[in-house]
Amino acid sequence: MHLQVSNVCKSFGRGRNAKLVLDHVSFSLDSGDFKALVGSSGSGKSTVMRLIAGLDQPSSGVISMDGQPVDGPGSDRGMVFQKYSLYPWLTAAENVAFGMQLQGRSKQEIRERTAYFLEVVGLADAARRRPRELSGGMQQRVAIARALAAEPKLLLLDEPFGALDIQIRESMQEFLHQLWRQTGLTALLITHDLEEALLLASEVHIMAPSPGRIVRTVNVELDRRDMGHLRVSPSFLELREDLAHSLRGLEPAGVR
Amino acid sequence: MFRRSWINEPWLLGTAGVAAVLILWSLITAIGAVDKLFLPSPMAVLSAGQQQAQAGLLWKDFTASVGRVFGGFALSAAVALPLGIAMGSNVVVCRLLEPLMGLIRYMPAPAFIPLLIIYFGLGELPKVLLIFIGTVFFNTLMIMDAVKFVPRELVETALTLGGRGLPVLTRVVTPYIAPQVLDAYRINMASAWNLVIVAELVAATEGLGKRISLAQRFLRTDEIFLGLIVIGLIGLAIDLSFRLLMRRTCSWAN
Repeated sequence: MHLQVSNVCKSFGRGRNAKLVLDHVSFSLDSGDFKALVGSSGSGKSTVMRLIAGLDQPSSGVISMDGQPVDGPGSDRGMVFQKYSLYPWLTAAENVAFGMQLQGRSKQEIRERTAYFLEVVGLADAARRRPRELSGGMQQRVAIARALAAEPKLLLLDEPFGALDIQIRESMQEFLHQLWRQTGLTALLITHDLEEALLLASEVHIMAPSPGRIVRTVNVELDRRDMGHLRVSPSFLELREDLAHSLRGLEPAGVR
Repeated sequence: MFRRSWINEPWLLGTAGVAAVLILWSLITAIGAVDKLFLPSPMAVLSAGQQQAQAGLLWKDFTASVGRVFGGFALSAAVALPLGIAMGSNVVVCRLLEPLMGLIRYMPAPAFIPLLIIYFGLGELPKVLLIFIGTVFFNTLMIMDAVKFVPRELVETALTLGGRGLPVLTRVVTPYIAPQVLDAYRINMASAWNLVIVAELVAATEGLGKRISLAQRFLRTDEIFLGLIVIGLIGLAIDLSFRLLMRRTCSWAN
């Protein structure tokens, strides 16, 4: 799998009211990569994700998957939204099965894969529960299981833990890292949380607002075996502070 | 806390309210404060009911009216569901039909009765169509609104899972709006009842509305009261059935 984002611009509105939200964004992603886009609100990071998912079209530039231009949503690019994306009338298992049913897989296969992916996200016991009976963290794990069960080549994570409490968030970050190591998935994470991006991604693109653009790209090579330790290790904190400093420098004039 | 347990019994106060009116009604008629012709006693209404039931009239009127309401409303519900979903999910369909529906909606349905009689005579069809005309636009517009409030994430999730067009409408939009659709039906069912009575007052050989207009001709206020009470009870029963159906099928939404 090779995702190529080349010189993508996006503006909303027309004529004199047009507002440029993405200015020549380029990056790429290969199988097994875990990369992140970090930026404050208004940096266009969510727009990038929607364009890759095919939910919006770029104004100029090209996004291609394995050489094929992206021209609409498809199950090769799974997506996990920040919240409200589980179907409230379906149980956890039915939610996980949902995408596979849309794809027309056999009942036998759906049953097996549903059980497998619920197991992977540690929610085998919650299979018959409805979303509102699940905590926020559990709901997001179901959403991740549902996206993975549809066998995407690329998993798009749009602030997946943004609505969660800090403790749950940390355990979900560890969970996601384990999942990546176990399943070898390819993921693009969108977040405003620099620590989250550094903990999970091997490459972090920092985005600046008005208009949204990538201003800095950092390769992150860290020993992630003990994440709790890593969070407070001096080298990690130094890297985080360095990048946080450059992020703060990007706030539009007047906000600082 | 001064909340007593009996206050929290949902049925108790409601029943008490009904009982109070019945008692007041009995008292007023018992002391003869109002002419019997204007206000018959509860017992008189009850015996009128017994008479009509024995003569088989009550059942005949009941089935006639209920049949018309259900026929017309079923037609309306069946048309409104796909139409409302189409208008709520497709901008072109919405822009095409919304002004038209907004216009026709404000034409009082009873004003169509003369036309319907000219077109279809005095049989069942014009009555069923009247109920259809009087409810289909409200049903459609309420369903359209419900569709517009389906969270975007739910639809987009289905798209990124490989969903397309019709499956998204039937498997995401329809289940999501089901509670609101049932609620719209429940509310608009009341209009269907209004209309069936109006239609029967104008032209019918049987039905609860027809019985009331006949009773008026012979100054049988007891029969008028009977008709009103029966209509009210049927309406209440329908309302409760819809609530029960909603609780059974849409437990996730409560």
